[in-house]
Amino acid sequence: MSLDFPGLFNYWLIVVLMMIGFYIVIAHGNLVKKIVGLNVFQVSVFLLYITMGKVEGGTAPILADGIETYSNPLPHVLILTAIVVGVATTALGLALVVRIKETYTTIEEDEIDAMENQG
Amino acid sequence: MNQLMKEKIVLRVISKFLIPYILLFALYVQWHGDFGPGGGFQAGVIFAAGFILYALIFGVNTVREIIPAHATRALLAIGVLTYALVGVASILMGGKFLDYNVLAHDPTHGQHIGILLVEVGVGITVASAMITIFCTFAGRAEDKEGNPET
Amino acid sequence: MSDDLIIVVLMIFMALTGVAIARLHNLFAVVMLTGIFSLLGAAAYVVLDAVDVAFTEAAVGAGVSTVLMLGTLALTNSEEKPAPPRNMLAALAVVSITGAVLIYGTLDMPHFGDPNAPIHHHVVPRYLNDSGTEIGVPNVVTSVLASYRGYDTLGETFVVFTAAVGVLAILGRVRRPKRRDERAQTTEQTSDEGNS
Repeated sequence: MSLDFPGLFNYWLIVVLMMIGFYIVIAHGNLVKKIVGLNVFQVSVFLLYITMGKVEGGTAPILADGIETYSNPLPHVLILTAIVVGVATTALGLALVVRIKETYTTIEEDEIDAMENQG
Repeated sequence: MNQLMKEKIVLRVISKFLIPYILLFALYVQWHGDFGPGGGFQAGVIFAAGFILYALIFGVNTVREIIPAHATRALLAIGVLTYALVGVASILMGGKFLDYNVLAHDPTHGQHIGILLVEVGVGITVASAMITIFCTFAGRAEDKEGNPET
Repeated sequence: MSDDLIIVVLMIFMALTGVAIARLHNLFAVVMLTGIFSLLGAAAYVVLDAVDVAFTEAAVGAGVSTVLMLGTLALTNSEEKPAPPRNMLAALAVVSITGAVLIYGTLDMPHFGDPNAPIHHHVVPRYLNDSGTEIGVPNVVTSVLASYRGYDTLGETFVVFTAAVGVLAILGRVRRPKRRDERAQTTEQTSDEGNS
């Protein structure tokens, strides 16, 4: 079964994924959920770059005899770095959430705001 | 009453069976990063996953006896220093910073040596970083409960 | 052609998982779904020929990241406030406008998989053609990461180092091993409380 998707359909799906992640970040007050939304957003941005690097009829960029076309290795390198930096920022963000919980005894953003405005 | 995780036979037996293979797979991924998918980052994370599994089942204190805090702190720095020192060694041998061509008699061999050393540095740093971050989180949970999990 | 179908189906699953993450209130379930999301992303990367990236995403996103979030949940409460988000309509409006602008931006892009896209022309042919002779390593991603762009990887290693140091600075506690007289004191105290 061969469906003919329009050439940009993949990118529109990726934009939908990005917007789901963006919605999770801005619409929820729980700090852990915001960090989860950031992770969702990150994975979809990486998917965008990897999709841009794919060449039709190409294979993974590992040199081997008899293969003519390879997919573009440069986005792979960029996203490899980005994934590791992403986990570093997630770890730091989660450590900050733990400290916020110990200081304010809550991780809901509006309760923290109320405490800050009172005191 | 909840059993501690290490008293559950299935978890204990399977983890003791699997953890050596996890560490071995991490070493395989590290050294074969040139010929297939892999390299320093993946190997470091898989290596840390073996230790994290052990810590989840047998307790953070047991893992800290194997890798004390000062060892992970030292390894963190040693990995980054290895990478930087490869670059400095290239300068001392007459090339530019991180120019691997001058590291051996033949540029291709030099590149191979340079890539190997650099990936080792990356793998060491990533593994110790993941172990450090996890043990810091888990150590905090232990202090919060008040009773150490042994 | 079936590759494209697989990629689209995987992305639809990812979208459903994302919507479930947005709607659930139990944070434990949310963290588990994030692991599933990362795993589906890793599967999509494999079909898109990015095997190194899939490896890293599966190990890091579905592995370490999930464990760290579970550790955070153990240190905080595990339930989100059940009230619906107050500013849901405003958030939906912002998200829709941003999404529409982004889709308008993608209309200029080359089609998916086009070998004549500008991204494949600048320096990539040099890497693909010369990597075998200059560096002699079959995995082009490793040769670009460690040799052609080695300086960036040095910076990335520094970032990982800084993250570990940062977590130690925020959450680390200096533990002194208990001295023998302190340990004797505490056992005395507990035995006193037991007797009286």
